[in-house]
Amino acid sequence: MVEAPLVTVQFTRNLQRHVACPAGTYGGATVAEVLGAYFADHPGVRHYVLDDQGGVRQHVTVFVGGSTIVDRARLSDAVGAGEEIYVMQALSGGT
Amino acid sequence: MSDRLLVGTRKGLADVRRGADGDWAVHGFEFAGGPVVAVVRDPRDSATYATFDHGHFGVKLHRRESDDAPWTEITTPSYPPKPEALDEREPMGQTVIPWNTEYAWVIEPGHADEPGVMWCGTIPGGLFRSDDRGETWSINEALWYHEKRPGWFGGGFNLPGIHSISIDPRNAATMVLGVSCGGGWRTDDGGASWRVATGMRANYLPPSEEDDPYTQDPHRVVRCDAAPDVLWVQHHCGIFRSTDGGFTYSEITDVAPSNFGFAVAVHPTDPDTAWFVPAISDMVRVPVDGKLVVTRTRDGGRSFEQVGAGLPADHAYDLIYRHGLAVDATGERLAMGSTTGSLWVSEDGADTMTLVSANLPPISCVTFV
Repeated sequence: MVEAPLVTVQFTRNLQRHVACPAGTYGGATVAEVLGAYFADHPGVRHYVLDDQGGVRQHVTVFVGGSTIVDRARLSDAVGAGEEIYVMQALSGGT
Repeated sequence: MSDRLLVGTRKGLADVRRGADGDWAVHGFEFAGGPVVAVVRDPRDSATYATFDHGHFGVKLHRRESDDAPWTEITTPSYPPKPEALDEREPMGQTVIPWNTEYAWVIEPGHADEPGVMWCGTIPGGLFRSDDRGETWSINEALWYHEKRPGWFGGGFNLPGIHSISIDPRNAATMVLGVSCGGGWRTDDGGASWRVATGMRANYLPPSEEDDPYTQDPHRVVRCDAAPDVLWVQHHCGIFRSTDGGFTYSEITDVAPSNFGFAVAVHPTDPDTAWFVPAISDMVRVPVDGKLVVTRTRDGGRSFEQVGAGLPADHAYDLIYRHGLAVDATGERLAMGSTTGSLWVSEDGADTMTLVSANLPPISCVTFV
């Protein structure tokens, strides 16, 4: 059995104003798997990042290895060992 | 008599208090930077609830147990899974309707006989009930899956939403809703079934459709506590009143200087007394001639006075949103907050209005606590 690669998850400081979201390292082959593992440890963060249907919120952006993910509905983009997932806010959506 | 106000603004929550000298002043400001949408005091246990629209990070709800207690985040109402094949679009703009809480427009305590019950009205049109003070929520399925609900369209926002929830103090199972743009609704079985109100008129629709009850735009619906069959509506196209508990509405005409506006407040013990804050029209949402006034009827809408001495008489461009006008339990004290961040208080039924601040962020809601 091959172990899932370990991936670091980090969040924008702007989200840390609202909810505790420390960086962490989790296993998974896709963004959905890694973030799912993170949210299992930090359930209060999930709804700040994902909408009611489980997709990425319209004004939130997820980067993997410096590129934005493509599948914002299912988060099926692959991640590799040693990569980092950054959850950022888009510049749109402010008031 | 209330000596304290909570004022929700686009940039935080202002705590406004009446001092020993009778002057009202901003006492504190919480959630700086956070857009407040709705605030309500629960008279059953003195808890306060607030809803926020954090833009990037979505809708959030907070509760505090007493005025001096810290706020804690509670659960945001969440929509059920959207069927994959469903292509549901807002009729006017063809925007795909997200099954997601886009805005928590109003939150209201349940009936006195139902401790712990809370109701929340949202965009894109879901009504939610909590039985545990907002720790968990469930969508009202009878309304969300009602065959007419997908025909609602946006008013003010791109998507439809519920902004008014009024429970009959005589009966927990009887409730009235206001939906922009989806009309007025009444349930008599606690939300198991719904009936649309008739009598409102929408001149933004083709003439043949003006009376369609399912696409009316009541901007705000309020009920008289002591005469619960009387409800007042500031509608997109005028002022309406119901005397049968929200089954039917009748239009009130000849209201100077204008019958357009968003907010309405009704006297808690006198169903014939109500207040409105007019703007020119839907196309020109500023006070008539730049003079801000409150219109008040004391005779059930047969006549109106323009009151509010002390409000700016020229070059005022303030608009009062749906939840921006409040009256306290005595019917004497009113508070009013505007889109340009001005807050006024009256202690004489709006005969005179005193400026509290002209420097708040745009005000979404005011409530006496």
